[in-house]
Amino acid sequence: MILDLIPTTLRMATPLGFAALGGIYSERAGVINLALEGMMLIGAFGYVVGTQVSGSVWFGLLVGIGFAVGLALLHAVATVTFHADQVVTGIGINILALGITEYLLPTSKQVGGLPHWQLPFIGSYSFIVYLLPVLMVVSHIFLFKTPWGLRLRAAGESTEALAALSLSRTQWQYIGILLSGLLAGVGGCFLASEVHYFTKGMTAGRGYLALAAVIFGNWRPLSGVSACFLFGFATALELTNRWNIPGQLLNSLPYILTMVVLIGFVGRSRPPASLGKMKS
Amino acid sequence: MDIRKPFISLLQGRTSHLKQLRLNFVPSLFAIFGFFLLCGVVVHARGQNALEFYSTVFSSGFSSFDEFGYVLFNATPLIFTGLAVAIGYKSGLFNIGCEGQLYVAAFATAWTGMHIDLPALLLVPLCIAAAMIAGAAWGAIPGYLKAKYGAHEVINTIMMNFIAFALMNYLVTSIYQEPGQMIPQTRQIHETARIPRLASFVPSLPDSNPLNASFLIACGCVVFCYILLTHTRWGYELRLVGNARDVASYGGINPRAVTIWVMALSGAAAGLAGVAEVMGYRYRYLDSFSSGWGFTGIAVALLGRNNPFGILAAAVLFGLLNKVALDIDILLGIPRGLFFAGQGMLIIWLVCIEGISRKKNDT
Repeated sequence: MILDLIPTTLRMATPLGFAALGGIYSERAGVINLALEGMMLIGAFGYVVGTQVSGSVWFGLLVGIGFAVGLALLHAVATVTFHADQVVTGIGINILALGITEYLLPTSKQVGGLPHWQLPFIGSYSFIVYLLPVLMVVSHIFLFKTPWGLRLRAAGESTEALAALSLSRTQWQYIGILLSGLLAGVGGCFLASEVHYFTKGMTAGRGYLALAAVIFGNWRPLSGVSACFLFGFATALELTNRWNIPGQLLNSLPYILTMVVLIGFVGRSRPPASLGKMKS
Repeated sequence: MDIRKPFISLLQGRTSHLKQLRLNFVPSLFAIFGFFLLCGVVVHARGQNALEFYSTVFSSGFSSFDEFGYVLFNATPLIFTGLAVAIGYKSGLFNIGCEGQLYVAAFATAWTGMHIDLPALLLVPLCIAAAMIAGAAWGAIPGYLKAKYGAHEVINTIMMNFIAFALMNYLVTSIYQEPGQMIPQTRQIHETARIPRLASFVPSLPDSNPLNASFLIACGCVVFCYILLTHTRWGYELRLVGNARDVASYGGINPRAVTIWVMALSGAAAGLAGVAEVMGYRYRYLDSFSSGWGFTGIAVALLGRNNPFGILAAAVLFGLLNKVALDIDILLGIPRGLFFAGQGMLIIWLVCIEGISRKKNDT
């Protein structure tokens, strides 16, 4: 009976996982990213609009990612170039995304979903679902085993380290934020492609939940995405409501867990040292 | 670091107060101007008459006392949340948990108003106190975690928001839902727990106007916050911790204690927004009643440059925007999203300006 929950868990965890990976890239580069919510939302919006216009889901995926990267660029310009407060910028971007998508709300027309792949023993899921574990491992290798990953992390750990190597901190922060836009955009596209339409504010706090997963996973891809699976499982439990636990309790469980981890009762979660600091 | 520097800057802040005030508000005025210009351009691009749009904006806010009453009614919760954000910001804390705090506070008010039967003279202050205590408690938790464990208050206030949504949803759907109703709301509070509408005092306001005494409470809070922040020892401690934490602790101030009570105070201010809703308007707790007031509060504080009177003005502007957004939707068929998008741009533009000026100071 736990096995019945697996499909829902996977479907719930996948958009979270992509957004969380995005959050990790941005925050590892030292930029707080509260804009994940907005990036996912506009990604979902772009997917539906792109698919409606062209009739091709691939074009929709591209448009969704493009929109999300556009928002990420805005975040990067504001926070890295203009040293704007990262938290406020993130909230501003979320409101902006909510506004744009509500203003240009597409007519409620069904769109096609991304292709599903049938795999033996696992079942049939959107290929994005299979992409997540791959990207999780790739991200881990990139961040912790390659010189580029080291530089990206250096941008988040110290304001001077990259300057000492005559490398640009700005450049790596831009890369981190744009990558986070790309990944959160994919998450948004998946969200829209599973339900085949776009509704106002359809991400419903998933970006913030992904951020919680980033912190819960101590800013590491493997544990961050695992946290998303845990959170997805909690949602699946809530949806099936098998043991009569109040849904709201399961709903808030991820947030309570994150707070507990942040306090440090169970293995302390430590943010990158220069997260949120811009001064050089 | 030069220890005298923050003192000097604080002193300078006092002597050239007017000049600084002027410098502070110029970007805000530019932002508002740019916002309306942008809206006009978008309306024009839609193929509609931009002048008609502007006249609708003006008439929907100022054509009669009734209309203006609605603007002030919309502004009331935003004054509270704006003040809440500003109080935190002045001491270097970022309270984005206003949304959760005001829900918890609203529920506490509704509970008190439903279950305790006293004459109005006692019950009204009791309900207000309940809201402030509940909001303060919800705000003090992240403050305590920050002071004791160094856990970042931004993350914790976000988490507390979601916990508050879930908890309130549980309480109102499972335990306190009005019997025989599908709507997730509690039953009404006692008559004696309600605060009067201003229409019963001001003859030019029609009885249907929802503007109520909570607006006067909000104005009182503005004055109170101004005095607290600029003319009391607590305000000085609060700002010193915000500007120079080390200096504060050398000077015998305990920054941790300040962190906790600032977050509590901020939460209490946000909680008053719940009073405006429950005791002044709906007379009951309705699930997810707030349309993002806690988050709009951030924009309000930003636009008002964290100055209490600036916040009052900014809240009235946002109250107007919220009202106009509905009217242009009905009258001109322009979706409300336009104003949300503009609001987002406004926020980003304002923090960019602030960032540039900070960057200039750093170098």
